[in-house]
Amino acid sequence: MGLDIRWPVGAMFLLVGAALAAYGWLGDQQIYARSLGINVNLIWGAVLAAFGLLMIALAWHRRPDASGISNSQDIQHDNEANPSGHSSRV
Amino acid sequence: MSLRPIDWIVMLIYVGFVVAIGVILKRYMKTSTDFFLSGRALPAWVCGLAFLSANLGAVEVIGMGASGAKYGISTSHFYWIGAIPAMVFVGVFMMPFYYGSRARSVPEYLRLRFDEKTRTLNAVSFAVMTIFSSGISMYAMARLIQVLHLFDAPLAWLGISPARGFDISIIVSALIVLIYVFFGGLSGAIYNEVLQFFMIVAGFLPLVWLGLRSVGGWNGLKARLPADMTHAWMGMTNSHANPMGVEWFGLAMGLGFVLSFGYWCTDFLVIQRAMAAQSMSAARRTPLIAAVPKMLFPMLVILPGLIAVGLPTASLRGVTIPKGATSAEIQAAMARAVPTEADLHSRGLIPPKIDVSTGRAQRDSNGNVVLDYDLAIPNMLLHYFPAGLLGLGLTALLASFMSGMAGNVTAFNTVWTYDIYQAHIHPGARDAHYLKIGRITTVAGIVLSVLAAYMATRFNNIMDMLQLIFAFVNAPLFATFLLGMFWKRTTGHGAFYGLLSGTIAAALHHGLTLPVGEAVGVKGGWLGAQLHQYPSDMAQNFWTAIFAWTTCFIATILISLMTQPRPEKELNGLVYSLTPKPNEGHLAWYARPAALGIGVLVLVAILNFIFK
Repeated sequence: MGLDIRWPVGAMFLLVGAALAAYGWLGDQQIYARSLGINVNLIWGAVLAAFGLLMIALAWHRRPDASGISNSQDIQHDNEANPSGHSSRV
Repeated sequence: MSLRPIDWIVMLIYVGFVVAIGVILKRYMKTSTDFFLSGRALPAWVCGLAFLSANLGAVEVIGMGASGAKYGISTSHFYWIGAIPAMVFVGVFMMPFYYGSRARSVPEYLRLRFDEKTRTLNAVSFAVMTIFSSGISMYAMARLIQVLHLFDAPLAWLGISPARGFDISIIVSALIVLIYVFFGGLSGAIYNEVLQFFMIVAGFLPLVWLGLRSVGGWNGLKARLPADMTHAWMGMTNSHANPMGVEWFGLAMGLGFVLSFGYWCTDFLVIQRAMAAQSMSAARRTPLIAAVPKMLFPMLVILPGLIAVGLPTASLRGVTIPKGATSAEIQAAMARAVPTEADLHSRGLIPPKIDVSTGRAQRDSNGNVVLDYDLAIPNMLLHYFPAGLLGLGLTALLASFMSGMAGNVTAFNTVWTYDIYQAHIHPGARDAHYLKIGRITTVAGIVLSVLAAYMATRFNNIMDMLQLIFAFVNAPLFATFLLGMFWKRTTGHGAFYGLLSGTIAAALHHGLTLPVGEAVGVKGGWLGAQLHQYPSDMAQNFWTAIFAWTTCFIATILISLMTQPRPEKELNGLVYSLTPKPNEGHLAWYARPAALGIGVLVLVAILNFIFK
């Protein structure tokens, strides 16, 4: 399909992660008694945002004009490849 | 319980992306193949994660947590035995026929291999089951939202009575799924399933980490719970010695073989995700890729159930302690407090089910309190997660509910359009017509799911009924596919009547047996006589499946031998002995499906050993 799934997945986790981390940093600090005193919003939010960035980086690196080589070894070699002949974005 | 703005923000970001993905993908939906099969253009990892997530609906996530709380780590068998071997088998051995035959659905494979009547039998039963599954997902989500009072605050703010929360949840979830499937087709569903996979990990990993940390790790948890709850294979030689009431043969054959292969190898909901792959080797690797996170998921969804039951029961919730009270005043307040039913009968975080008419805990026919194990995961989320992360955890739950709906709707609209509408109602039209029908069917499917959801409110054992129908229909089906794909002598008559016999055998077995402690009715024994009593519903379920499969297997063979097979040249690519082996020469040894399959099986054996 023409839309590389890593873009929306990455963007969503970047946004959610950033929102959680910001809340963890600037928001009410009293609420962390239940999470064993750990500021889980800040830590996990940062992890998710990093994951989002990783996904976006992978999508950007794999965009079609980045390199001329098809990303999927299946498409080049497989006998039962997509009959229309074009490779899809990975 | 009230959510803070940050929780709503997280939820709305997620919903926004879900809808946007569907709308963006609309431009790629040009043919019916695009709409129903994603143009067969998706990479293996995307299909693999979707294959896993399509199966990971609400009932799975909540149900596995509930099972973990009730039975302990042996619930993992549902994954380790109940899924992994079947997933390996379908990828390595069956996918060449599903993908190679260019069938556009599982019933269509049956049409190619056997005949129209076998296809129609499968298509109709499958279509009915998907609608009910989708409706039940919707129902379970709306019930959970209602029980947790999640939408009370925003509804009140909008001037709507919180009593309408159930209806609003149904309508909103239906609309969201409708939008992204109507516009994005199977791709919309698959992309959102991948998103859902990551959401579940994001929402549940911190829960497991916090939970384990607070009880002292796995060893701390083992110390708090009875030994048979933390050892997956303990007491398996005798059905009375383990909490599930099943002995190893029943478990291995019933669950491991019949039910699990019956589902993973024949259910179009998951097979469709592999059929959307961009090549044969991608299709074969799809279930294998899915198997790796699948075997690790017990950690995410079953462990929280165990932790929920291992935590000390918080008692005397009904006590109000005034600020600044002295210890004497606190003692007096606690002495005065009347313990609630929840205080008296809870187990860890699991409350008892309350009988609405008496206000007291419900009891089963043995007089034991019935606990509401389904609340294991939601209560764990509420127990450990502060605002922010709570929004994330709840969104992960809602994500799994919605993908359960969407997966069923996409399977339904494909089977309806190709196997029922195109086959019987209006064959030979242009492709654009079927694309249009697909969209209309999506709307119809959602409406029917809503109706099924409301039916579930009337009949509170509808989930049990669905489980039953699944067992009746799926268990014999695997025998049909096994014989169809690996024995060229199987005929259409054999397949059709074999399937029917298997289903009847399942019904007979269920009607003549009853699990201990259950009333006659949807649990069994409805044919009047009770020839056998099983120690648990699960045991009865497994043995029903074994009877169904065996009957179908034998009947199919016998009837096939008595009827005329099709000429061999018509069966090329549809049967093992008449299909050339897939060309894997260009793949590195570790990328070949057989090698991956062996790797997966070794990993799951190791896990079984660690948690034995």
